Amino acid sequence: MEFFLQMLVTGIVVGSVYALVALGFVLIYKSSDAINFAQGEFLLVGTYVCLTLVASYNIPFIAALLITLAFSAILGFAVEKVVLRPFIGKPVISMIMATIGLSSILAGIVHIIWGHETRVYPPIFSETPIRLGKVIITPVYAWSFVIVIAWLILLSAFFKYSRLGIAMRATADDQQAALSMGISVKMVFAVAWAIAAIVSSVGGVLLGNINGVNSSLSMIGLKVLPVAILGGLDSIQGAIIGGLIIGIIESMTGGYLDPLVGGGLKEVVPFIILVLILMVKPYGLFGKKEIERV
Amino acid sequence: MRNPFVMQCGEFHVNYRQDMAIWKIARVRWRIFFIVLCFAAFPMLATDYIVGLATLCGIAAIGAIGLNILTGFTGQISIGVGAFLGVGGYTSAILTTKLGLSFWLAAPFAGLVTAIVGALFGIPSLRLKGLYLAIATLAAQVIILFVISRWDSVTGGTAGLVLNRPTIGSFVFMSEKSYYYLTFVILLLTTIFSLNLFRTRVGRAFIAVRDRDIAAEVIGIDLFKYKVLAFFVSSFFVGVAGALLGHYTMIVSPELYSISVSIEYLAMILVGGLGSIFGSIYGAAFITLMPVVLREVVNLLSGTFPGLEGILVGMKEVVFGLIIILFLVYEPEGLDKIWRNIKDYFRLWPFSY
Repeated sequence: MEFFLQMLVTGIVVGSVYALVALGFVLIYKSSDAINFAQGEFLLVGTYVCLTLVASYNIPFIAALLITLAFSAILGFAVEKVVLRPFIGKPVISMIMATIGLSSILAGIVHIIWGHETRVYPPIFSETPIRLGKVIITPVYAWSFVIVIAWLILLSAFFKYSRLGIAMRATADDQQAALSMGISVKMVFAVAWAIAAIVSSVGGVLLGNINGVNSSLSMIGLKVLPVAILGGLDSIQGAIIGGLIIGIIESMTGGYLDPLVGGGLKEVVPFIILVLILMVKPYGLFGKKEIERV
Repeated sequence: MRNPFVMQCGEFHVNYRQDMAIWKIARVRWRIFFIVLCFAAFPMLATDYIVGLATLCGIAAIGAIGLNILTGFTGQISIGVGAFLGVGGYTSAILTTKLGLSFWLAAPFAGLVTAIVGALFGIPSLRLKGLYLAIATLAAQVIILFVISRWDSVTGGTAGLVLNRPTIGSFVFMSEKSYYYLTFVILLLTTIFSLNLFRTRVGRAFIAVRDRDIAAEVIGIDLFKYKVLAFFVSSFFVGVAGALLGHYTMIVSPELYSISVSIEYLAMILVGGLGSIFGSIYGAAFITLMPVVLREVVNLLSGTFPGLEGILVGMKEVVFGLIIILFLVYEPEGLDKIWRNIKDYFRLWPFSY
């Protein structure tokens, strides 16, 4: 039971980070119908920028995080403007390959600047574990969870109350109608990419604090796919719930099944779930069903 | 006597026979024979290193043609080629080393096994389209690779398997040149098969499925059958390429078939030209040689910029990504289209228009 709870807590924390990154992914799909295969590299760039600020320039963590977020926002804007704008309305494969190309460029730049070794954040959160009954939670996990939840609430409020957020929802609903109401769809796309870059770098910084930073972090970008598909590609609440579900299943598999098969199943299980969902319910738990008419 | 410097100003067909012909103009036949001869004679003049590179290009071209049949001609995006290559390589490896079959049986069998696996993962294509299918094939990639690296008793786990070069009687295809000819012949057969494929009912059905699947169904094309068939045919060639590659490098191991290989193959058909057989060959050569050329350039410049070797890996990725994006933006139809543009220019020169 103790072990189960421990796994559950780990799953929820990792899952909440997945949820956050998947949120960015879904946001881009919702607004511009693009699958962003570079999400993992956004995460990587954000993590490394923050790491450099904290470790090399000794900037306090909070300030470094804020600078990273600003940087990510600019990166998102720039990428949307330079790389993605030409592909709006092009065939799916162009969009997929464009973001794959982008991910290759970003990964290359990260390799050139920061190299291949694993680096660790200097201790930011305290080391003494928190005890909840029998379950032990390290502060990094607790803080990560709190930060993710704060972000999710912030973003929900943004979409619900702010003018720009409402404009984004309108654009996702019907681009033409939004255009005719005077919403700048270009602006909406750019903001979607900026938010995607921001949330991924938050996710990256948190994961970097938990596991250390190296280029394999960008694999999260692929793991977000099962999350987004499970929740429904165009559903924000789906991304959050999907993230938690995938995180928990992954952690449980790691705890219970991996010792039986000799490890590694943890990494694959999200994709097995992905295939099952695609077979049974391709539009996910909350996704909008598209009905194709001739 | 015709003026030898005047070229045809275009292809003008007056009946369906001409339009379907594989040699559109009589002269093309001689030109093709000449080009084939050049490639057959080329190892006589080149060093082993160059011949080895050409072999790798040839193997990649077979796989790229396979992928192009699926993605370029039938419109089903697959991000799982890397794993399918692996299935081909491993099948051939297991058959030759553990069961003692000869390469000549194992390679076609590897193609067949890969084709069946491909068709299996193609079944969802009936319900899934575009993005969703791409994601499903990505999942196939991850799952197949996991099975390969965990099924220790058969695949040798993460250590992989060691293969032998194929033999005929007492002759072993050990030298670079002999393997080049082997690859060359298989590539030639692949090319001829796929060029002809798209002159048949099946090939035309593939193209109809790509252009508009619902319309294709309306005119009587069984979508499920042809989509799965496309996965089957495409994976067959990918499997054969995988077997060839395995016997060439003489080792198969899981990390040789990662997702980055899938992406490379997608880049090949994109750079070469989606829906073009010859384009697949150009693209395969382009993407295979790109890192080699880049390394040469870096070696050349390293005298002036000493730090350059250290960032070679990163630079490769950046250049790779840049090439994909630049092709997408400036020439989405790829090298094949560029080559046609050049030909058209000279055809009409000096009176363009």
